[in-house]
Amino acid sequence: MATKARTRAKQVDAQGGDPAGTLRDYYEQMSLVRAFELRSGEMYARAKIGGYCHLNLGEEATVVGLMAAIEARDYLFTGYRDHGYALLRGLSPERVMAELFGKTTGVSGGRGGSMHLFDAETRLFGGYGIVGGQIPPATGAALALKYQESAGPDAAAVMCLLGDGTTNIGAFHESLNLAGLWKLPIVYVIVNNGLGMGTTVEKASAEPELYKRAASYRMPGLRVDGDDVLAVRDAARDALQQARESRQPVLLEVMCYRLRGHSVVDPARYRSPEDTTIAQQSDPVPSFRAELIASGVLSEADATAIDEAADARVTEAVTFAEESPEPDPDDLFAYVYATAVANAPSALPGEPVMDAL
Amino acid sequence: MNTDTDNTEAVTTRTITYRQALNETLRAELEHDEKVFLIGEEIGVFEGSYKITAGLLEDFGPDRVLDAPIAEEGFVGAALGAAMLGMRPVVEIMTINFSLIAIDQIVNHAAKMRSMFAGQVSIPLVIRMPGGGGQQLAATHSQNLEVWYAHIPGLKVVAPSTPADAKALLTAAIRDDDPVIFLENLSLYSAKGEVPDGEQIAEIGKAAVVKTGIDLTIVSYSRGTTTALEVANQLEAEGLSIEVVDLRSLRPLDRDTICASVKKTGHAVVFEDDWLSYGIGAEISATIGEGVFDFLDAPVRRVAAAEVPLPYAKSLERAALPSAADLARVVREVLNLAPATATSNDK
Ligand SMILES: Cc1ncc(C[n+]2csc(CCOP(=O)(O)OP(=O)(O)O)c2C)c(N)n1
Ligand SMILES: [Mg+2]
Repeated sequence: MATKARTRAKQVDAQGGDPAGTLRDYYEQMSLVRAFELRSGEMYARAKIGGYCHLNLGEEATVVGLMAAIEARDYLFTGYRDHGYALLRGLSPERVMAELFGKTTGVSGGRGGSMHLFDAETRLFGGYGIVGGQIPPATGAALALKYQESAGPDAAAVMCLLGDGTTNIGAFHESLNLAGLWKLPIVYVIVNNGLGMGTTVEKASAEPELYKRAASYRMPGLRVDGDDVLAVRDAARDALQQARESRQPVLLEVMCYRLRGHSVVDPARYRSPEDTTIAQQSDPVPSFRAELIASGVLSEADATAIDEAADARVTEAVTFAEESPEPDPDDLFAYVYATAVANAPSALPGEPVMDAL
Repeated sequence: MNTDTDNTEAVTTRTITYRQALNETLRAELEHDEKVFLIGEEIGVFEGSYKITAGLLEDFGPDRVLDAPIAEEGFVGAALGAAMLGMRPVVEIMTINFSLIAIDQIVNHAAKMRSMFAGQVSIPLVIRMPGGGGQQLAATHSQNLEVWYAHIPGLKVVAPSTPADAKALLTAAIRDDDPVIFLENLSLYSAKGEVPDGEQIAEIGKAAVVKTGIDLTIVSYSRGTTTALEVANQLEAEGLSIEVVDLRSLRPLDRDTICASVKKTGHAVVFEDDWLSYGIGAEISATIGEGVFDFLDAPVRRVAAAEVPLPYAKSLERAALPSAADLARVVREVLNLAPATATSNDK
């Protein structure tokens, strides 16, 4: 992905636009995600976090815009690049960081880790580490909603996030066909950050204008500038409305950049210098900050205070995670089955499976 | 098809990593046969998630080293189709976990064609993929599903534990006319070992006695063999003589080598990274029971993973995976020895 055009001019100070308080909130959220992700990277380097760890760095405007559009009653399914969404879905930074640290106080009790955040209460229905794994269950959640309640402005809908690379897996095509066929209340959001690991969209997708794939399933497909928080929010809101009110599934493609490597351990040497430069130049956090200052929504001092508060918030989260207990090995077999079952395995490695009869 | 190379001239060796052995073998086979080509996610520009294919795109070009989109079912099936026309594709699936998306093409198609179409077509296809846990990759990314493939008639499944075997078994797999699942392991990639220079072709279907002993046999494969050897050597210092059988091939299974060893030692422990029920160890135990029951001085025991989706948290992951300490403890139990001091039993 070499160049990138904004889909519309920024409307930060636009006519009849958003109240200053809303814009300020959005900046606070972007700043929190940025601070959280930078710190996650540091904690990984210090071996406090293990396994795979994928960050939302560079995607903050997309994360904030999408989470501003989704309602509390809606269900959210996502891939493994999920920290920012969890934070803005309302989970405390403490519980998210504790999950990354593998502690009992984490959102998934330390069992899921970075890729598998889940919170039933806020209807964050995962966090999926297998590419495309979230798409069929998200589609099924929409099927259940259609069954459970009638369409209308107060109905719930499903938002299913996926990466650009993920549009090439069979599950994507099978699921969109089902949603189109059965008229399900779901919005599929392609977070197009230009890369799936080291592979560009052009090298992975025969039709690189990914939103056009919606045509095969008779659903609206549209593309929006992912660095423009308001554009993302408005497009997603509109799509969710179609899903709620007319049971019309929508495919929304959000164009953004991945600021760093695929995961924290990837130095991204395969990336061209031009591409890296564009990614840095379109970094939505400093640019939204500058726009808010230029339009008088924030003073430089306000913005600095927001950034410092975000950082302090993350420090609290790290302290909490650090001080939380590790899961007890005695609880290893908890949660494997919902119902008690005779003869359920419970042997630790090397324990005999048969006592003498 | 070839069998074990007859090395009459003196063979020179080098100490290299498992990763390097795989890389060099892929290179040698790309050079050896124009029909060989590679397909996989991120194997070209990115040089492989675990850098097994480093430098190959540069040297062999995009027709021989194909970067595929994230479409495991599609590209494994495409490799199968190319193999039907006589090509020798070597597919890399990033980890065995993702092979589940391709399993229809592997199990319902690749494994069946030769037999179902009465020998009219053969499938010279290799699918390489690492398994393994222990790196906090959590439940979806830490599985040892080799038994799924080892269960399937029509497939061959090999699981080298050393760089030398990685070379000789990969060469054999690529030159084999049947679909071969080539199981690697995340924790073996950086392991070093002596590797003979020149062409080396192992015989698929043969296990190896990698350490001889008379008191007890440990049967293992892949990274488990490394642990088995470690434990055997540690127990040797205490005066026990442990034999280690490295399966190398999970299908076909070399039952004779296993039984011959247990006939001699009278005691057997299987060390496996997969889950216990219906695992590789179940097949080994049954084989020993059928083959050398009369020679057994104690029941066969299995040291396998706890039967849970593997949790992310280090404390739980450690408890769930079979360790050297678990193996040593069970060996002592089978030999009716007093347990070692608590500290050496700690995981
Ligand atoms: C089925 C499957 N195949 C391969 C992988 C390895 N993998 C993890 S993320 C990824 C790239 C996905 O790219 P994209 O959909 O663009 O999402 P992004 O990482 O850019 O957010 C790959 C190949 C996987 N997790 N699951
Ligand atoms: Mg991407």
